[in-house]
Amino acid sequence: MDSETVEKLLRLSALELDEDGRARLLRDLGRIVALIDEMQSVDTEGVAPLAHPLDAVQPLRPDRADPNVDRATLQQGAPATRDGLYLVPRVVE
Amino acid sequence: MSTEWESVIGLEVHVQLATESKIFSDAPVAAGGDPNSRACGVDLGLPGVLPVLNESALGMAVTFGLAVDGKIARECRFDRKNYFYPDLPKGYQISQLAEPVVSGGNLDIDLGDGRSRRIHLTRAHLEEDAGKSVHDAYAGLSGIDLNRAGTPLLEVVSEPELKSPEEAAQYFRALHSLVRALGICDGNLNEGSMRCDANISIRPKGCEELGERTEIKNINSFRFVERALAFEIERQIGVVEAGGEVVRETRLYDAERDETRPMRGKETSEDYRYFPDPDLLPVVVTDAMLAEARARLPELPAAKRERYARDFALDDYACSRLTGDPDLARYFEAVTATGVEPRQAANWVLGEVSAALNRDERDAHDIPVPAEELGILIARIDEGVISGAAARTVLATLWQEGGDADAHIAASGLAQLNDDDELSRLAQEAVERNPNQAEQYRAGKTKLLGFFVGQVMQASQGKANPRQVNELLRELLTGA
Repeated sequence: MDSETVEKLLRLSALELDEDGRARLLRDLGRIVALIDEMQSVDTEGVAPLAHPLDAVQPLRPDRADPNVDRATLQQGAPATRDGLYLVPRVVE
Repeated sequence: MSTEWESVIGLEVHVQLATESKIFSDAPVAAGGDPNSRACGVDLGLPGVLPVLNESALGMAVTFGLAVDGKIARECRFDRKNYFYPDLPKGYQISQLAEPVVSGGNLDIDLGDGRSRRIHLTRAHLEEDAGKSVHDAYAGLSGIDLNRAGTPLLEVVSEPELKSPEEAAQYFRALHSLVRALGICDGNLNEGSMRCDANISIRPKGCEELGERTEIKNINSFRFVERALAFEIERQIGVVEAGGEVVRETRLYDAERDETRPMRGKETSEDYRYFPDPDLLPVVVTDAMLAEARARLPELPAAKRERYARDFALDDYACSRLTGDPDLARYFEAVTATGVEPRQAANWVLGEVSAALNRDERDAHDIPVPAEELGILIARIDEGVISGAAARTVLATLWQEGGDADAHIAASGLAQLNDDDELSRLAQEAVERNPNQAEQYRAGKTKLLGFFVGQVMQASQGKANPRQVNELLRELLTGA
């Protein structure tokens, strides 16, 4: 883990950290990667990959629509809305 | 000496599945509507919500897999594709990377003149759609509508086996016909029900190695696929022949200017950091689901095309046009079922009926004239009750006003004059009024028969049955 990788991860995650924060993240991530390296030293030959810790399969939902969407309540938590739209800082692709 | 180039094209088509509700929530799926009136807590990615897979979306993916003869994964999985954009509220899209529901399969494309080519599919996987952004309405701000967020998509990926823009468009058409026939997509291209991304590269003809490719995003019509790719091939050849190199990038097609240009703001190469979605358990396709999907599989376009050519003796064009749209095919078969000659039925359905649908911007499931009435109308032409031209007028009336064909024929006064006595009288008059021409006819100038037929048709205001008039005149002129 180096500072260049941290910069890239911050950009991909759209996060902003100050100098101290970046140093702390670099240290933490380094230790996490070391832990994973250690875990990878375990011999897993012949062990089937585990997709999920619960021995269960995905339940399915019948295709029925509930038209009662309470937009007013859902939008209470939004910083800004207008004409039913959520407003965000302008993005141009 | 100039190099000959060939293009290598692969398509990724997003097929919007025709479910009632979203792929992971019970909010309704529909086009339009007030902004955010169809986006529930799951679609908004609120903390604490859990996605639950829609069984119809899975069933439709399985149906597609069976129809293209692909391999259905008995156990598949969902992954998170991570990227930041305001119309993707969770910060990731739920998709399938490592274990898609369908692998492999193939689709035959029509190359014209009865030739076809088999295109192999890489995979088809389930994923959720994102919302929409409105950029121009608010100063310095973008508006976000999440109604489309969570709409189920089946992304169908072809192998890079398409060799030209025309083949790419034909592939898109074949896929469109198939998903419509299967009833898993409404096929409405204008509303974005099928959107296509095209990967394209060029290489010297005969070269094995693939050139660097570009991706053209979000093309939503058959014609634009062809035009965008044609432009991009020329652009790439231009770059390489000028000594440059094609840069791997994502481009947008601008239909108005008929050109592709790079998407802005992609400063980093895409890095989606996929990982298995811990909110969703492995999805199992049971024997019962497979059996049910198999039992519901309708006749596929390719099989239908063969049957139309064999049983109805229709030409390639008519077969492709009719089988390309399941509703049009159903209507055609219903007209044929009334006992009219299939080729005649096809002519009317692909001619007058299709033209009226285009004019009114209606779909073929919404033809206002019942197939039985069109059948009767065509039968009346055969019986000599009405001329083809008059039948078109009656059809237009049926289209506007409804009702039954025979009543409109009677009311319109367009029925042909078949009464022998009346026709004899008119023929007699025509001969008597034109003694010179009659004499010339008898002297051997038999081409003048047309002249006399014209006279009778005029006198009857176009309603005389021309076949009967011909016979009567010939008798009169030679018999006398």
